Amino acid sequence: MANNRRLETFLVSGSGAKNGPVGEGQAFPESFAATRLQDAINWARKYSFFPYPFVTACCGMEYFSVAGPRYDIDRFGAALPRFTPRQADLLFVVGTITQRQAPILRRVYEQMAEPKWVVSFGACTSSGGPYDNYAVLQGIDRVVPVHLYIPGCPPRPEAVLDGLIKLQHRVQTERAGQLWPDLNLHGSGRKLE
Amino acid sequence: MTADNQGDSPAVPPPPVLSPLLQKVVDRLGPMVVEHHSAAGDDRIHLAREHLLDAARILRDDPALAFDLLLDVTAVDYYGQPDDFTTNLQVWDQNRSAMRRQPQRRHELVLPPRGSEPRFALVYHLTSTTHLHVLRIKCRVPEDDATIASLTPLWPGANWLERETYDLYGIHFAGHPDLRRIYLYEEFVGHPLRKDYAKQGEQPIQEYVGPGAKEPRRPH
Repeated sequence: MANNRRLETFLVSGSGAKNGPVGEGQAFPESFAATRLQDAINWARKYSFFPYPFVTACCGMEYFSVAGPRYDIDRFGAALPRFTPRQADLLFVVGTITQRQAPILRRVYEQMAEPKWVVSFGACTSSGGPYDNYAVLQGIDRVVPVHLYIPGCPPRPEAVLDGLIKLQHRVQTERAGQLWPDLNLHGSGRKLE
Repeated sequence: MTADNQGDSPAVPPPPVLSPLLQKVVDRLGPMVVEHHSAAGDDRIHLAREHLLDAARILRDDPALAFDLLLDVTAVDYYGQPDDFTTNLQVWDQNRSAMRRQPQRRHELVLPPRGSEPRFALVYHLTSTTHLHVLRIKCRVPEDDATIASLTPLWPGANWLERETYDLYGIHFAGHPDLRRIYLYEEFVGHPLRKDYAKQGEQPIQEYVGPGAKEPRRPH
């Protein structure tokens, strides 16, 4: 990851050239790692996402494509979709969310354990998309906080991977006890508990 | 195309020769058939709503007709459409542009004149799986008494179709065993496929009431 200097400081320190090649008698002789604990935790978190795909519509096909071997979201550590939100920390909301579905989505979000992130996948989840009517929720940020919006109808798999990398960068730069400063947690004026 | 008007219209005479199916239906139902059309292989009869259940029973049980499958139940809202709206395209365009979305007042609705009465038409599509023919039935119902007999005793599959029509058009089906909303939630107010419902008329998001909720939805 070229855009992540903290990760490099974390990884490089263990195998400096002065220690010689690995495998001569002992593994990583006199090796050490210097980092901040928060960086190490974030590094572990960002490469071990457990996504929960909340798939309701045609964007799901694109999600399958990203998850499949051709685009292979496993390369970024987010390979293993969980089948319950209680085991997941990354909520992929994929597809149109109706007014009737909205409380269920909120319930799913509340079931996830901290830390958790939400990705709005596609135009419908981000803004309602082409469906500007009484039945469709005009953006899931009315009921859950959204950390990343991926545009497209549906998004290309490259866009999804780009979004995931951006999310990883944001997770790496998180600080304990600090919410994302530019995240609108009060989407519709409703405060989240 | 034939006119879809209800009243007498000397400009559109009935076709002189009925299609074979329509001839059988008219012979069997007799004076219950208010009006009939046949165009491009589509046969359609209009019934008075008090005759719907009797006529449907005959259509289902007559071996020469044997309509054993109810394909669809839906409705049409003729709000704002003149009686001759298929030919009176100018009024049709005026009313459509009046009801079109206005961005600055997107939750409001500009209503045209009421138009054709009675307001609603129930549409039933019947199919025979033995004779392989299709018939469409239309019944007009007024707005102030939007009620019609349920066809669930004849075709159990009418259950959900009529619930859908009730949900979106607010037409009540007398004799339906479980008439409640099927797509929308119970707290929804109004019937959104009626022409006087604003297209962008969102309603408040409800609390979660599914499995595991603190206050589960009350039994119907």
